[in-house]
Formats: sequence, structure tokens, C-alpha cells
Amino acid sequence: MPDKHLSTQFDSDLNGVSTRVMEMGGLVESQIHQAIYALSQFSSEAANQVVEAEQRVNAMEIEIDRDLASIIARRQPTARDLRLLLAISKTTANLERVGDEANKIARMVKSIIESGSARALPSTDLRVAAELASGLLRKALDAFARLDTSTAVAILKEDDLIDREFDGFVRKLITYMMEDPRTISASLDLLFLAKAIERIGDHAKNIAEFIIYVVKGTDVRHSSIVEVESAVR
Amino acid sequence: MTTLTVPDQQAKIAVRNLNFYYGKFHALKGINLNIPEKKVTAFIGPSGCGKSTLLRTFNRMYELYPEQRAEGEIVLDGENLLTSKQDVALIRAKVGMVFQKPTPFPMSIYDNIAFGVKLFENLSAADMDDRVEWALRKAALWTEVKDKLAQSGSGLSGGQQQRLCIARGIAIKPEVLLLDEPCSALDPISTAKVEELIAELKDEYTVVIVTHNMQQAARCSDYTAYMYLGDLVEFGETEQMFFKPTRKETEDYITGRFG
Repeated sequence: MPDKHLSTQFDSDLNGVSTRVMEMGGLVESQIHQAIYALSQFSSEAANQVVEAEQRVNAMEIEIDRDLASIIARRQPTARDLRLLLAISKTTANLERVGDEANKIARMVKSIIESGSARALPSTDLRVAAELASGLLRKALDAFARLDTSTAVAILKEDDLIDREFDGFVRKLITYMMEDPRTISASLDLLFLAKAIERIGDHAKNIAEFIIYVVKGTDVRHSSIVEVESAVR
Repeated sequence: MTTLTVPDQQAKIAVRNLNFYYGKFHALKGINLNIPEKKVTAFIGPSGCGKSTLLRTFNRMYELYPEQRAEGEIVLDGENLLTSKQDVALIRAKVGMVFQKPTPFPMSIYDNIAFGVKLFENLSAADMDDRVEWALRKAALWTEVKDKLAQSGSGLSGGQQQRLCIARGIAIKPEVLLLDEPCSALDPISTAKVEELIAELKDEYTVVIVTHNMQQAARCSDYTAYMYLGDLVEFGETEQMFFKPTRKETEDYITGRFG
């Protein structure tokens, strides 16, 4: 927050809860990286670590929500402050979901390893998509910390890229499955995996939308990119 | 600056180019706004911004003091109050006022209400009883005082006294009710009762409230005006003003960044 409140305690409450969200974001990001590593190396050890981090992410969500409730009860925030707190609450929920998706990826990786058909499938493509999605989340969190609406708009556009990657990947999997029906079971795992990656991109996009909500006071969910751009202008 | 978010036809009071002076001090600077009929309009702003001054022009209360003058127009039902030849008492019967500190008259609870009514209407004893009960009920005071109407008004608690003043204000059936910080001396329960009352009053009256308590403005008004140093900075629907004000000055004030 650029300018200060008369109450420095209020400022430090807001800064405190903002910092917690960034911490939670960092934790979720490292979960994704770990999941990508597990995927590229087919490492069950890395996959297990992703699952273990889940509890900490869940606990952080609850703590942040409790802090938000306390600030609202004690400060009765208005305008930009109120929008910031609402956006933080929604961002936290989205981050928790990203953690769930990372978990899903880890569990899929383990299931693929157990099926033994890992190497025959196009998992490299997925890694690229996963890097894209995690980069997008990183960008969304940075933009949230700086309340940077132009980066937020750029993120909304980039998420379309991930969606297109996903469609391409699904087509590729279909060819694999037609050529060799023995890969169907592992292909389905990869499909779910790809879906999880695509969802991470969607969550990053949601967070980008909340940034615009905080700064401009306009709810741009379910709006076209043209409408978003005019809201930010 | 012109700020007219309420269309003329819905305006109970239209303020046009209003300037106000305390001697040489220019306290209100070219105010333009429409007070919507049968709605609650709140004025907020830091001390000395002119919100109470503006309120006092609406029933020419300022005339009680020499060296205070208003220029411009305050149009109520098509007539400019500032140049009106009407008896000022009649204007004040139409535009009632309740002050920051409860000001019960040194007489019985019953007479506190009946006093003003007697000035303007010639009611039978039975009708007067009805009117007193009606006003006290409206002000959510009836159940607390119905058994001690003959006792002095100053024996009531602060919150009760303030509701008595509101009852006195509405007993003469004004069209507009001006409330100048009506809850600043009240506890939260009395405040809640007064706010409840304000919500009810707007079915029949146009209510204008000046308050330092922004949450109060947010809770009980339909429109909010933010004033600063004699200027009307922003005027709009309360929800908009507290969620997404247009001007940075308003946002800084309502979020507590003012200083």
C-alpha cells in the first residue's frame, strides 16, 4: 500500500496479512516446482514431498482467513482497504486450490511410475506447460504485491496460451492412445495431469483479476479482454 | 465544482451556488447539490469542513447570529429559502432540526412534544394526546416513558433525551429533518435505536444527517456527501462512496489516510 493510514497499527495489520499471502504463494510455488521435478524425473520421492507440504498450505489458508476476519472486525475497512482484504481472501482460496492441483500432479506421477509405462509417453510437453503455468502464478503474485494492473492484464492474455497448449496436448494423447491401446491407462493419468496444470493457469488468472478489482474497484471476472482493458485504462 | 448526482425532479432541497461567510471567513464555497426526497443524506468530513454550517442554512438557523450570511439559493418546494418572505418559524416547522447535545425543554415529557405542536395547530386534548403518543412511538421512546409523561424531560437518560428531541422534531410533522451529530453523545444501544428510527423516518421525511462517525453514515444513509475546507468534494450513493469513491481525497478520508 503506497500511502499510510493515520493508524500505523492498521498499516502493520494490512502489511502483515499481505506478507502472509506472499509466504503462502511461495510455498505453493515450491510445491509446483517439486511436482514438475517429480514429473520430469519420475521421482516418487519428490512426489511425496509435494503431498507433505499440503498440510502447511492448508494451515496457512486458515490462519490468513482468521487474520482477515480480525482486521475486518476491528477496523471496519472501506474502499480500497476493503477491496484489498476481500481480494486477499479470494487469492488465498485460489492458492490453496493451486496446492491441491500440485498434489494431484504428484499423485498422478506416482500412479504413472507404478504402471511402468512412464517413458513411452510425451511428458516433456507437459513440463513445458507446467513451467508456463508456474511462471504465470509467480507473475500473478509479484503483480499482486505491487498491485500492478498492466501485468495483471498481460497474465489474462497469457493464460489463453496455456489453454491452447492444453488443447494441443489432448490431441497428441489421442494419437498415442489410438496407435497403442496399451498406453491408454497412463495416457489418462497424463490427461488429468495436463488438466491440473491448466487449472493452475486459471488460478493465476483469477489472482490477476483480483488485482484489477483492488486497484480499480471493477470486478472483471467473466469479462472479455476488451472489457478488462477498458476497466484498467 | 458541480456535483449533481440526484436529478432535479427528485430533489427536496436544491442547493445552488451557495456561499457562506462567518464575517470575513468564507466557510462554504459555491456548493451545488440536490438533497433527494424521502431519502437519508449524510454529510461527512473533518471538523471545520462546513458540514454543520451547510445544515444550518437549510432552515436559516444561522440567522440567529449576526455577521453570518449566506449567498446563493436553497430551493425548497420551488422557493428560495434564503430570500423567502415566509416567517422563519414556518420554515423551521417544515425543516426541523435535532442538535448534537440533547436539548429537552425544562418542562414535562408531554409538554416537550406538545409545545411545538401548539404553535402551529389547534388540536383538541384527545388529538394532542394522540399526537404525543404517535411522536413518542415513532421515536421509539413510548414504552419507556408512557407511565411518566408528566415528569420532567431532563430526568431522562442522554439517549432518551435525544429521542425525545427527535420526537419533538417530528411531532409538528416537518417535511425535512436535519440531524446534527445526533448520536455523538449516545451509547451504542441508543445510537442503534436512533439509527433504526432514521431508517423508519425516511418513508415519510427527507432526512439530512451530519456525522463524524463514518460508519454511521455508511449504515444509515442512502447518499453521502464528503466535504473538505468548505468545498463539496464528492457526492454520491453511499454504497459507491464507501466502496469505490471517485475522488482520491474521499478515499483518503474514508480509509483513514487523511492527515
